[in-house]
Amino acid sequence: MTDTTSETVHSATDLLFEKFGDAIQADDREGYEGVIVSSDQLVDVAQSIRDDLGYNLLTNLSYVDYLADDFFEVVYHAYRVPAGGPPLTFRARTPRNEAILPSLTGVWPSADFQEREAWDLMGIRFAGHPNLKRILTWEGFEGHPMRKDWREPFYEEDNKPFKTRWPGGEVDRAEMRVPYGMNVQYPAGFTVDGYSPEGDAALYAGLAVPESASGIGVQQIKTDQLVVNLGPQHPSTHGVFRMTVTLDGETITRLEPVMGYLHRNHEQIGERNTYLMNMPYTDRLDYISSMANNMAYAITVEKMLGQEVPYRAELLRVLMVELTRIVNHYWAIGFLLNDLGAFFTPSLYAILERELVLDLFEATTGSRMMCNYMRFGGVAYDLPPYIGGPAVKPGDRARELDTLQFLNDLVFERLPRSLDELDRLLTTNEVIITRCKGVGVLPADVAIAYGATGPVLRASGVPYDLRRADPYSIYNDLDFDVAVRYNGDTYDRYLIRMDEVRQSLRILQQVVPMLKETAGEDYWAGKRPYNVRVPVGEHYGHHENPKGELGFHIVSDGTANPYRYHIRAPSFINITPLEEMCRGSKIADAIIILGSIDIVLGELDR
Amino acid sequence: MYGVGILKGLGITLKHFVDTYVDDFKWGIRRYTSDEGFTARQGLETEGLFTVQYPEEKIAVPERFRFVPFLVVNDQDHATEPDADWCTSCGICAKVCPPQCIWIIRSTDPDTGRPVPQPKDFFIDIDICMNCGFCAEFCPFDAIKMDHDYELSDYDRTSTHIYNHAKLAKPLSYWQMIAPSRAEQERLSREADEAAKAARKRK
Amino acid sequence: MADPTPAIHNPDYPIPEELRNNIAITTLDRIYNWSRAKSVWPMLFGLACCAIEMIATAAARYDPSRFGMEVMRPSPRQCDLMIVSGTVTKKMVPQIVRLYNQMAEPRYVLAMGACASGGGPFKEGYNVVDGIDKFLPVDVYVPGCPPTPQALLHGFITLHEKIESQSITTVPWYRKGESEAIPVPILGPDLIDLRQASLINYMSTQTPEPPQPAAAAEEPVAG
Ligand code: SF4
Ligand code: SF4
Ligand code: SF4
Repeated sequence: MTDTTSETVHSATDLLFEKFGDAIQADDREGYEGVIVSSDQLVDVAQSIRDDLGYNLLTNLSYVDYLADDFFEVVYHAYRVPAGGPPLTFRARTPRNEAILPSLTGVWPSADFQEREAWDLMGIRFAGHPNLKRILTWEGFEGHPMRKDWREPFYEEDNKPFKTRWPGGEVDRAEMRVPYGMNVQYPAGFTVDGYSPEGDAALYAGLAVPESASGIGVQQIKTDQLVVNLGPQHPSTHGVFRMTVTLDGETITRLEPVMGYLHRNHEQIGERNTYLMNMPYTDRLDYISSMANNMAYAITVEKMLGQEVPYRAELLRVLMVELTRIVNHYWAIGFLLNDLGAFFTPSLYAILERELVLDLFEATTGSRMMCNYMRFGGVAYDLPPYIGGPAVKPGDRARELDTLQFLNDLVFERLPRSLDELDRLLTTNEVIITRCKGVGVLPADVAIAYGATGPVLRASGVPYDLRRADPYSIYNDLDFDVAVRYNGDTYDRYLIRMDEVRQSLRILQQVVPMLKETAGEDYWAGKRPYNVRVPVGEHYGHHENPKGELGFHIVSDGTANPYRYHIRAPSFINITPLEEMCRGSKIADAIIILGSIDIVLGELDR
Repeated sequence: MYGVGILKGLGITLKHFVDTYVDDFKWGIRRYTSDEGFTARQGLETEGLFTVQYPEEKIAVPERFRFVPFLVVNDQDHATEPDADWCTSCGICAKVCPPQCIWIIRSTDPDTGRPVPQPKDFFIDIDICMNCGFCAEFCPFDAIKMDHDYELSDYDRTSTHIYNHAKLAKPLSYWQMIAPSRAEQERLSREADEAAKAARKRK
Repeated sequence: MADPTPAIHNPDYPIPEELRNNIAITTLDRIYNWSRAKSVWPMLFGLACCAIEMIATAAARYDPSRFGMEVMRPSPRQCDLMIVSGTVTKKMVPQIVRLYNQMAEPRYVLAMGACASGGGPFKEGYNVVDGIDKFLPVDVYVPGCPPTPQALLHGFITLHEKIESQSITTVPWYRKGESEAIPVPILGPDLIDLRQASLINYMSTQTPEPPQPAAAAEEPVAG
C-alpha cells in the first residue's frame, strides 16, 4: 500500500516540475524528502498544490534554523482530505539576516497562527500576513528564542546531559547563577526608567471598531460596539486562554484568541533533551491524553530508527490510546456541559468513569496522568497482575482487582453502560438542543481550509481519521468505523464524541481478548538503550489524538539530541477557525463553541 | 414533547442519589469499614457515592506508583555492611534524568585520588523532578527507586526541597514493604545474574 | 483518657458539672480559626496539568466539601485561598499577581506541584517563572508532578494546621493601615519585577560579564 501511495506523491511532484521548472528543486539531502520551492514562486506553487494536485489540507508548518548554512527553512506538509495518504512536503528557504517569505494565509488560512508562531519564535517575516504579531510570547519580547544562537537566562549547555551533574555534581539552583535571582535577562543597556511596555495596544488596535463603509464615522452615529476581554483567568476557557471580542450589542463581530499564557518552551527544551527524555515531556502536552501523546512521539521516532514493535506492545498501545480517547471525550463532554451552565453534574459523572480508567493507568504505569508509558520499540511495562496496592500508610485501604477481569468488565460492561447513561442524560435534553443546534456552524470546506482535524473536522462531514487515512500500528486489522456527522455545529461536535467513544469501545472489545491470548509475550523489543541515536534526516510523524492530529516534525543531525523538534498540536490549529465559527453568534455562544472545540492549553501554547 | 429530555436527565441524577442509599442498605456499615466494602466502592461496580474519606481512609497506591525517588541502602541490621549504599555512583540516572535534577558527587579515594564506586553525596531537587521514573528504570544496580510517600506538603522550600543523600537514603526493607512483588522479582533477577556471572568465571 | 471533646471547646477553664452539656467555653482564637479553617474557599482557576488533578480533587472521589472547600469562586474577591496549580509563565504572572492583590485578607497561597513551587521540569525554559514564591508569599508547598489528589488533600490539611496556629492578636490583617499591594510585574523585553528596578538600572551600566561558573553559587542546605 505504501508503494502505490508514495508513487502518487512522486507523480505529484513531477507535475510540479513540469509546471514550474526551475522554481522547484528536489531535496537531495540524505534522509530528506519533498521539494524546495523558490520563495518568489511559493504562493503560486502552493496554489497549484492545493488546486491541481488536491492537497487541500495544510497540516503542518515547521521552521528550522540551519545555523551552519546560514538560512532558515520553512517546511510545509500538505495532505489530501478525505482521501488520505502520505503528505506532500515542500519547503522554502530564506537567509537568516533578512528572513522573509511570502505568506500562505491566502491559500490556506490554516497557516495563520503557524506563521505567527514562526515569526514569534524564529523571526521569519511573512509578507502579506494580515496580522503578523507575536503569538506565544508578548509584543516587546527581546529576540526570537527558537534561533539556535539565542540563549535563555538559565542556559547551561546546548545539549543534555549536562556535564555539571556527574561526577562532580555540586548542587545549585539555577537562579543562584543569574544576577537577578530569577529567570530573566535584559538586553544590554536596558533601564526600567522611561520604559513603557507595549502591552495590548496592538491587540486592541486590531480590534478597534472600523469606520463604517458609508463614510459615516462610528463616533457620529454612536453604535454599541464594544470590546470585551475574556480570560486568561476565566472559568470557562479551559485553562489560561484569552479571547478578545468585539461586540455589536450581543453579537460577535470580531474575535481574536490570545494565547501563550502557558507557553512552556516545550520545543526549545525538546531540542536540548535527548530523544528519550522527550517522552515524559510529551505527557505534558495534552495532559488529559498523555498516552496518546506518547504514542505519536514513539511512532515518529521509531519510523526514523526503523524500529519494529512487538505485537503485544501494539496491543497495549492501542488499548491505552483508545482508553485515553474515551477519557478525553468524557472529559470534553462534561466540560462542554459546564460551559452550558450545567455546572458540574455531568462532569462529575464523566470524571467518575475517568477515575476508574486512571486506576488502570496508575497500576500499569505508575502515574495517573503523566503516564510516560511508551518507549522506542514497545512499552515500558506489561499489564500489572492486579489493580490496587499494598496497604502501607496508616489508613491505607488495599484493593486487589484482577487486571484482565477489570479490563473485561470495563470495556464490556461499565463503559458501555455509563455511555448509555450519559446519552440518556444529555442527548435529548431540550436545553442542550436549543443551545447547541445550529450554533457555531463550521462548513466542511472552511474546516479543511482552516486546518481543523479530529472531531472538529469529522463533525463537519469530512470522514478523515488518520487511523484509516494514513494507517499505523495495528489499526488496519481492527474493525471500526470513522465516525462522521454532517452539520458542523456544536451539537454535532458533541454527538461525534459520543460516536467516537462507541467506536473506541468497539476497538477495545477486540483488543482485550487478544491481550489475553498474547499474555507473556515480549512487550519491548530491542536493547532498551537510554541514548538512542537517530539517523540523519527529517520525518513528520502523526497520530490521531483525541483532539485531532498530533504531529511531530523531527530533524536529526545524527546525534543523540534532536536538531529540530516541532510539535503540530491539534488544539493550536483547531482554534484557527474560532473567529469564523463565532462571528454572528451571541457572546454566550462563544463560550460553548470554544468548549466544543475541546482545547487544552498544554499543547495549545506548548 | 418538550421537557421529556430534561425529565429523563433528572431521573438519572435521582437514581445516582438513591443508589448510594441502596448500596448502604446492601452493605451496611461494612461498606465503610471492611476492605471488601472499600473495594466494591472503589471498583467497577460502584454506584452512587464513591468518595474516599481521606485522611481516615486512603487509596493504597499501586506498586509501580511513582513519586519522588529515593536511594536504596542496606538495612541497619545487615550482617556485614549496615547502611551501605547500593548506588555505585555510575551516573546513569543523572544522564537520563530529563529535567537534569540529579546531582551526584562521586567519592574518591583520599590516598590514590581514584574514583570509588560510591556516592559522596547525592542531590535531587524535588522542585524540578517530574516523577518520570527514568532514574529507577535505567539504574543498573536497583539503587534508586520511586517512593510512594506523596504526603510531602510543607511550609518552606528553600531549605528543604533539595534532598541530599541523608534524606534520600531509605533501607531496602522499606522498598520491600511498599513494593513487595517487585522487590522480590528484582532479587531473583539479581541472583540469576550473579549465578550467571559466577558460572562464567568458573569456565 | 483521650479527650473526647472536639478541639474547639477545650479551654483551660473548669466548667461546673451541671453545665457541661449546655455551655462550651473556648478561646476566641480557637473559634475564630476553627471557623476560618473549615470554610476556606479556593479560587477557581487552573494553570496547567496540575489543574486537572485539582479538578479531579474537586470531583466526587476526593470531595473537598468534607473540608468545607467545595465552593470554588471565580472571583478573587470572594476567595480565601489561591491554588497556584501549574506552571507559572512570565506572560501569566502579571495576572496572577493582580488576582492576588484583589483577594481580601486573610488570604492564603498554596503552590501545587513542582512548577508552582520552584519551576518544575520546565524551569530552564525562557518563559517560565521559577516558582510563584518569587512574587507571592506562599503558605503551603505541595510537591509532586503532578501531586495526586490525595497529596493535594494533604496540602489542604497542612494549610488548615497553619490557619489553626495563627492568633487573632498577631495576624497582619488587623494591624493598622492598609497592607501593601504587590507591584504587578510588567512585560518588557523580559519580565520586569518592579521591586528589582534599581538593580536592573544598575546592571545596565555594567559591561556584561561572562557567566559565572555554576559551582560558585552558594550551596543550599538540604534537610
Ligand atoms: S544509576 Fe543507580 S547506581 Fe548509578 S548513580 Fe544512579 S542510583 Fe547510583
Ligand atoms: S524521576 Fe525523572 S525527573 Fe525525577 S529524578 Fe528521576 S529521572 Fe529525574
Ligand atoms: S508540576 Fe508537573 S503536572 Fe504540575 S503543572 Fe508542572 S509539569 Fe504539569
